[in-house]
Amino acid sequence: MWRRRTGGARRSPEAAQAEPAEPVQPAEPPALTIDALGRKCPIPIIMLAERINQVATGGVVAVLADDPAAFTDVPAWCRLKSHEHVGSYELPQGGWSIHVRRNY
Amino acid sequence: MAYLDAASTEPLHPAARDALLAAIDAGWADPARLYGTARRAQMLLERARAEVAELIGARPDEVSFTSSGTQAVHLGVLGTLAGRRRAGTRLVAGAVEHSSVLHAGEVHERAGGEVEIVGVSRTGRVDAGAFAEAVARPGTALACLQTANHEVGTLQPVEEAARACREAGVPLLVDAAQSAGRLPVPEGWSVLTASAHKWGGPAGVGVLAVRKGVRWRSPLPEDERERRRVPGFENVPAIVAAAAALRARAEEAEAEGRRLSALVDRIRAEVPRLVPDVEVVGDPVLRLPHVVTFSCLYVEGEALLTELDKAGFAVSSGSSCTASTLRPSHVLEAMGVLTHGNVRVSLPRGASEDDIDRFLAVLPDIVRRIRSSLGVH
Repeated sequence: MWRRRTGGARRSPEAAQAEPAEPVQPAEPPALTIDALGRKCPIPIIMLAERINQVATGGVVAVLADDPAAFTDVPAWCRLKSHEHVGSYELPQGGWSIHVRRNY
Repeated sequence: MAYLDAASTEPLHPAARDALLAAIDAGWADPARLYGTARRAQMLLERARAEVAELIGARPDEVSFTSSGTQAVHLGVLGTLAGRRRAGTRLVAGAVEHSSVLHAGEVHERAGGEVEIVGVSRTGRVDAGAFAEAVARPGTALACLQTANHEVGTLQPVEEAARACREAGVPLLVDAAQSAGRLPVPEGWSVLTASAHKWGGPAGVGVLAVRKGVRWRSPLPEDERERRRVPGFENVPAIVAAAAALRARAEEAEAEGRRLSALVDRIRAEVPRLVPDVEVVGDPVLRLPHVVTFSCLYVEGEALLTELDKAGFAVSSGSSCTASTLRPSHVLEAMGVLTHGNVRVSLPRGASEDDIDRFLAVLPDIVRRIRSSLGVH
């Protein structure tokens, strides 16, 4: 029983878990970690928007979140706000560490 | 109240109401029996079938009525997979199909079958090239593609998909639930499904059309109704009303579609101008005439629906906090667009310019208030 996905803009959280395309470990340690575990969207995004300016331009912020909406919404926020979504890394306890680079 | 949720259900068309009331008196008997009242019910049923067949480009004997659009999809998917078992066990479907398609696919997977999901672009349009490659893979029993997406309105490349399916010898199920009665039914389908309450007919009537020559076997226990395709006593009055509504809509579709599409263009242009940090999603051109969807950053979808309801607007949302599940809409997720703060506005027949003016007048302040309650300024 398996399911493959082909083409398209996005992978679902399940597809990401089934066949991770990101490296398991981030290449660059974050300058700031925001703990949004247990918080529902849009709160993780609001926390990110409030605090991203606490890192220097070019620095990385990690958002820890376990609301499935955050898996889609943090990268979408990056696209809308012209920041960079570096990658989303699974957490052992469930959820993701979603890394964002401040571009300006 | 301004009802702007036609993609969930379209209010009953006046022509359907008249037909329903007449058919409740004339068409209540069992159409399978052989006395006068039964023959009258059967005549009404067959006349409705012929009418629907003509309007969707089918032969009457290819058309069965189901108890819903969802049931039509379930029977269409599982019945074609059963009929094509010798050809293979692969099902190909777009990533943003209606949940009825994806849930039927899950049943197929649990029975040992394979499902390949073809991704979509940022606008929600299926990648036609990837779809063609997927259907050409050996062992493909069925491919499914909607005419248009139910959440964001984007039209799908049905013609290209039909060509690829024809070349690969794979039947194509086209789910026309969102477009039937609003846009012409595209050619090239092997199985077609639709839902009457989406076009202004009553609830409880779906359409399942299976092209002659397409192998199909019922996944349900044997029943002689509806050419052995759908079990249970037909709701003749509702079917008659559904056909009347489809006929009426087909006559109005072009002019009304143009009018609604202009209102949608207006919402697409004005919302990002009036409200900061909004993303309008879905294809701006290749879209249904009556659907527009946008997402507001830093806003909870549920709060937005509640406030719009208080202001007199009935709209819908694909945000997770508004659904019965904790997951956001699989459509928005597959597109990779914001899933929170999501609003779908879908215009019913007759939606007025005044309603849209008022909607655009109240929306900015509602969004501002919700954001400020979350500490966003």
